[in-house]
Amino acid sequence: MAEKKKTWKEIPIGGKITEAGNATKYNTGSWRTFRPEKNEKKCINCLLCWIYCPDSSIKVKDGKMDGFDYDHCKGCGICASICPVKCIDMKKEIK
Amino acid sequence: MSKAKKIPLTGDQAVAYAMKQIEPDVVAAYPITPQTAIVMSFANYVANGQVQTEVIHVESEHSAMSACVGAAAAGARTMTATSANGLALMWEIVYIAASTRLPIVMPVVNRALSGPINIHCDHSDTMGCRDSGWIQIYCENAQEVYENTILAVRIAEHKDILLPVMVCQDGFITSHGVEGVEVLDEQKVKAFIGEYKIDHSLLDIDNPVTYGPLDLQDYYFEHKRQESEAMKNALKAIPEVSKEFEKTFGRKYDFIEAYKLDDAEIAIVAMSSTAGTVKFVVDELRQKGIKAGLLRPRIFRPFPKEKIAAALKDVKAVAVLDRSESFSAEGGPLYTDIKAGLYDSGIKPLVTNYIYGLGGRDIFPADINKVYSDLQDVVKAGKVKTPLNYLGSRE
Repeated sequence: MAEKKKTWKEIPIGGKITEAGNATKYNTGSWRTFRPEKNEKKCINCLLCWIYCPDSSIKVKDGKMDGFDYDHCKGCGICASICPVKCIDMKKEIK
Repeated sequence: MSKAKKIPLTGDQAVAYAMKQIEPDVVAAYPITPQTAIVMSFANYVANGQVQTEVIHVESEHSAMSACVGAAAAGARTMTATSANGLALMWEIVYIAASTRLPIVMPVVNRALSGPINIHCDHSDTMGCRDSGWIQIYCENAQEVYENTILAVRIAEHKDILLPVMVCQDGFITSHGVEGVEVLDEQKVKAFIGEYKIDHSLLDIDNPVTYGPLDLQDYYFEHKRQESEAMKNALKAIPEVSKEFEKTFGRKYDFIEAYKLDDAEIAIVAMSSTAGTVKFVVDELRQKGIKAGLLRPRIFRPFPKEKIAAALKDVKAVAVLDRSESFSAEGGPLYTDIKAGLYDSGIKPLVTNYIYGLGGRDIFPADINKVYSDLQDVVKAGKVKTPLNYLGSRE
């Protein structure tokens, strides 16, 4: 991550976060070792992955599984483990 | 300045009286000897309707400080008070209050930390948390306890500081001894402290803010850096507040008090009530023509090393009295800090250390006389033979 971090003079004192909802700016996707990839043909859109994902990183569009939010997915693999039709593979992240 | 009203108060009552005049929004406290009379007296003011303070009765000191952190984050002017093991039980949250930069004011009645269990005075409780990020003021008598409690509010809430403040007094010696205390006009006190306005209130739903989030390798260090800068700022800002206090109420408070130090050849450094006994002995020695003096640090955190070095610049030998043992095998906390402070200054008097008064062991003029007599020997010998001494402990 090439994000430029702020100095002690530029941040609010006391560890406060003064902006609501700014966790989205924290790119936890950079922690990933394995990335989930979906086999479109096998997916039955049961959305169990969406229910189980601890980081809200399963994208849903029109009631259907619409891929992953790779900016925030930490690669924990819960989605792959829970998928009843095993349509999610965890692949080694190549950086 | 109108003529001051003098009333008889114990050190604990002097704190409670100051709290009545400050009328904090929230007080969360748990009673512990010898602090109990602070909470008890203040509870009377609340029960009598003399103050509108919200008092939170908690089940422990850990909860007391936790409630204070919550109240202060909401924007309430917040106070508590404790002693010894109570302070120890707060420990975790004591650090959190400082690092979250909440200007809580906490009178602490110094008492020996267990064990063995003991309820009497020494400074082991507050010295133990000298590195917690709190400002620490040590008071000689009830008058100072009263005025410093008021002063502490302004110091804590100063925009360049925003750190919590401990106002320390000696357990039983000061806290339970009755003295005549000149109390200030309540309206003037209220005008002096003003209204506390927090920048980011936890309860401001239009501008939501998170207090106490996880802070990892990427930003924790920067927040600690801010905290050390705030402590350095306090060295500059405290004199501003003290000057305003002097202008309003006529009493002058500095980081240190120098007593007959100008031409002194030998000096004792002592904090809190012991300084009173030392002054008595200094006066006696001066009558005999012995050039003795006293340096009393009032504020220990931030550590006013420049003031201390300047005050000791012409002294030949100094004895630092520590009312706590740091178990570093290298002397008490005041002694090691003073020696470290002198190192850079180029001022190098001969320095000795005396641990004294642990667990409330009385310190008598005869003990102080012995220290001055030892210092005369040190000057004569031109060197320190026994740097670490235990004053009043049976050998």
